[in-house]
Amino acid sequence: MEVNILVGGAAGQGMETVMNLLGKALVREGYGLIYTKDYMSRVRGGHNFSRLRVASAKPWTNIKSIDVLVALNEETYTRHCENLAPPGKVIFDPGLFSLPDDEDRGVPVELQKLAKEAGGKVMSNTVAVGALLVLIGLRSETVEGLLKEAFADKEGVAEKNITALKSGMDAASRYCSACFSLPAKDEGDKKLFIDGNQVLGMAALASGCRFLSAYPMTPSTGVMNYLAAKMKDYPLVVEQAEDEIAAVNMVLGASYAGLRSLTCTSGGGFSLMTEGLSLSGMIEVPLVIIIAMRPGPATGLPTRTEQGDLEYAIHGGHGEFPRAVLAASSHEDAFYRLNKAFELADRYQIPVLFLSDQNFADTHRSVEPFNFSRLKYNRFLAEEGLYEKPYKRYRFTENGISPRALPGQFADQVVLVDSDEHDQNGNIIEGAEARKLMIDKRMRKLAALAEEMDEPDLYGDPHPEILLISWGSTYGVMRETVDALSDAGLKIAMLHFSDIWPLPQKRLKSLLPRAKISCCVENNATGQLASIIRREAGLLIDRSILKYDGRPFLAHEIVAEVEKSVES
Amino acid sequence: MLKAEDYLVGKTAWCPGCGNHSIREALAEALSELQIRPHNVLICSGIGQAAKIPHYIKANGFNGLHGRALPPALGARVANKNLKVIVESGDGDSYGEGGNHLIHNIRRNPDIAHLVHNNQVYGLTKGQASPTSEQGMKTGVQVNGVVVPSLNPLALALVLGAGFVARCFSGEKEHLKETMIAAIKFEGYALVDILQPCPSFNKVNTYGWYKKRVYFPEIEDLQDWSAAMEVSRQWGERIPLGIFYNNSSPTFESTLAALEGEPLAWRPFDPLSVAHVQDEFL
Repeated sequence: MEVNILVGGAAGQGMETVMNLLGKALVREGYGLIYTKDYMSRVRGGHNFSRLRVASAKPWTNIKSIDVLVALNEETYTRHCENLAPPGKVIFDPGLFSLPDDEDRGVPVELQKLAKEAGGKVMSNTVAVGALLVLIGLRSETVEGLLKEAFADKEGVAEKNITALKSGMDAASRYCSACFSLPAKDEGDKKLFIDGNQVLGMAALASGCRFLSAYPMTPSTGVMNYLAAKMKDYPLVVEQAEDEIAAVNMVLGASYAGLRSLTCTSGGGFSLMTEGLSLSGMIEVPLVIIIAMRPGPATGLPTRTEQGDLEYAIHGGHGEFPRAVLAASSHEDAFYRLNKAFELADRYQIPVLFLSDQNFADTHRSVEPFNFSRLKYNRFLAEEGLYEKPYKRYRFTENGISPRALPGQFADQVVLVDSDEHDQNGNIIEGAEARKLMIDKRMRKLAALAEEMDEPDLYGDPHPEILLISWGSTYGVMRETVDALSDAGLKIAMLHFSDIWPLPQKRLKSLLPRAKISCCVENNATGQLASIIRREAGLLIDRSILKYDGRPFLAHEIVAEVEKSVES
Repeated sequence: MLKAEDYLVGKTAWCPGCGNHSIREALAEALSELQIRPHNVLICSGIGQAAKIPHYIKANGFNGLHGRALPPALGARVANKNLKVIVESGDGDSYGEGGNHLIHNIRRNPDIAHLVHNNQVYGLTKGQASPTSEQGMKTGVQVNGVVVPSLNPLALALVLGAGFVARCFSGEKEHLKETMIAAIKFEGYALVDILQPCPSFNKVNTYGWYKKRVYFPEIEDLQDWSAAMEVSRQWGERIPLGIFYNNSSPTFESTLAALEGEPLAWRPFDPLSVAHVQDEFL
């Protein structure tokens, strides 16, 4: 049992307002859902749409079929009517356009006229929400409560919106009332209604990150917006840098002087940061970079999704130095994994790259509240009486990790870092032997770092004949794929990577050779994870299922590809 | 009591006759007069001959990337406002590669003293033009002589709203030291452009060339922006030295509520203390 809603229109028509209001109301009422955005890189015009799926089993991904289509303009109807289910409905404004004569699924609601009557055209989205409530049979109290919360400090605005909401309900109820049944509610505790960027922003805040410097870049900007809004309540500084080069270097300065610090960007901005990334490797100052991937090369498709920068995250930056690369797989997991990124950066004094993408960043889901007691905050700093004097920033140790002191931490001890190759003090050197000793010191950290990497998550048949391999934001769609194919009788499982570099190999080496068919599923054109597995683990994966049109996978697409492989 | 010698460490890799030597000594003397203990000072630099200074002064040092000395300095100020932060680098680093950071950090006005060793040439890469090289100067790259007009960093800083703008000469060490002290004490971004000879690569602007031209004009009102602009634009037969402008305005740090109280870097944290932050998503 499920209901699928698509709201579409031109950029600027406010699809997000509709979905945020309806989505949050549904989650408050106890329904499980996912809400994804498909939008163009423009502020006005074009065609943008959002999908919302309410389902009884936890929905991990959206599907193509539509039950209720809210067409804020004619183009939305034209583009999406073919996916409208036969008993579906179309909410549209007859003041703007008419449906074809043979279309009998229309629910005409004069969105703009009713909004004006309620107090302003701007509320036409609230009218649309009213109409939607009637169609899916959801009571209006929760939405009314949300409107009151949203406009608490603007007198009269909530009341006008409630009038608009009710007029939408009245108009729609003339055509259909509760013609779709909502699925069973998700029992248990209250859920959060949150998107990927908000999950990461909150994880950073709750990991003790106190400084973010970044340059706005879609689809990463939501992390910056989240943290900037928190500056009024928390001891936190968000600074918009003049460019990404400044952003990463500011973060390194703040981190050197003692703050857990973060920057976020997308591929193009990361390109500008790579010299700073290399600097982090050389001076051993902890650094966390969130890279919210979008299709490249160059400006690419700014508002679309791709997993095209995995190899770049692993290899970006000149010279050789240890680093970790982790990825956001699900909202549930990413919250804790970004905390792990901060802990790894501090413990090993290395850069940690955290990969997200537009598909993850912009997707809202209903998720269990996070358990903050699982988060760690260890700074791994030198302690008075426990470090050798005089303090040397790069003192040789068995595991390669030198005691880290902050400038000003110990009286009369100074902390010197240098982007040139240096000795244990941090002073420039050029000697062959000294250089080799310092490279060896930095690289020694890799042994323990590799042990910290989580093995990929195995979901499905514990002894799979068909093994799917994937990473990052495809987690949800992969689960639905495995569920569908398991139901069809296949012995199938997925091995899903969230910690990617250094590549954890144990589970891969035990499962891959025993599978009859292996497929690596990636949102890129070249199969980057498959290449990394071949290179690092010496294992060949039979085939790759790739998608690189800038859109996320839908489960039926992967199912069809796997079935093809099975047949051949 | 810390003496100037106590701040001098390491063995310099600079040429004999290089202006860097006296700039380094002036800084050691300034720090000694201010009695700031080395662990409370941070020197950020980029890359170049001047940028080696963190290796030769006893202080915390962040010898970062070419052109990128200001951004880490700003980050460090956010982390620990008790650190006295000095950015020290050359003209290529500060005015060329790091131009964007110069512009925007002057706008931000963090409490940073920016000491630029301006020898009007690239030393570390052996003699190419810098943004402040004189028109006509021939180099291995500018084989027909520099054609673009030179950058005037002081006029630029004034236009961008810098509160402290000064020019010094490495051959006037006492004045340099006094100006450094004023710049370090100034609350906000302070630019000190320090002319210095490069005996190896700049055969135009030699010690004698500067010595003959520099003078100390009488400046009546250090808050007269137009007068500061006028004096900063003097160049040629006579080159004025001194503090041209000294007029403070609210610093970047003072605009950040988070920086009130103990330095951020020393504050403890417990993830559980912020658990309620997720309530807004319920």
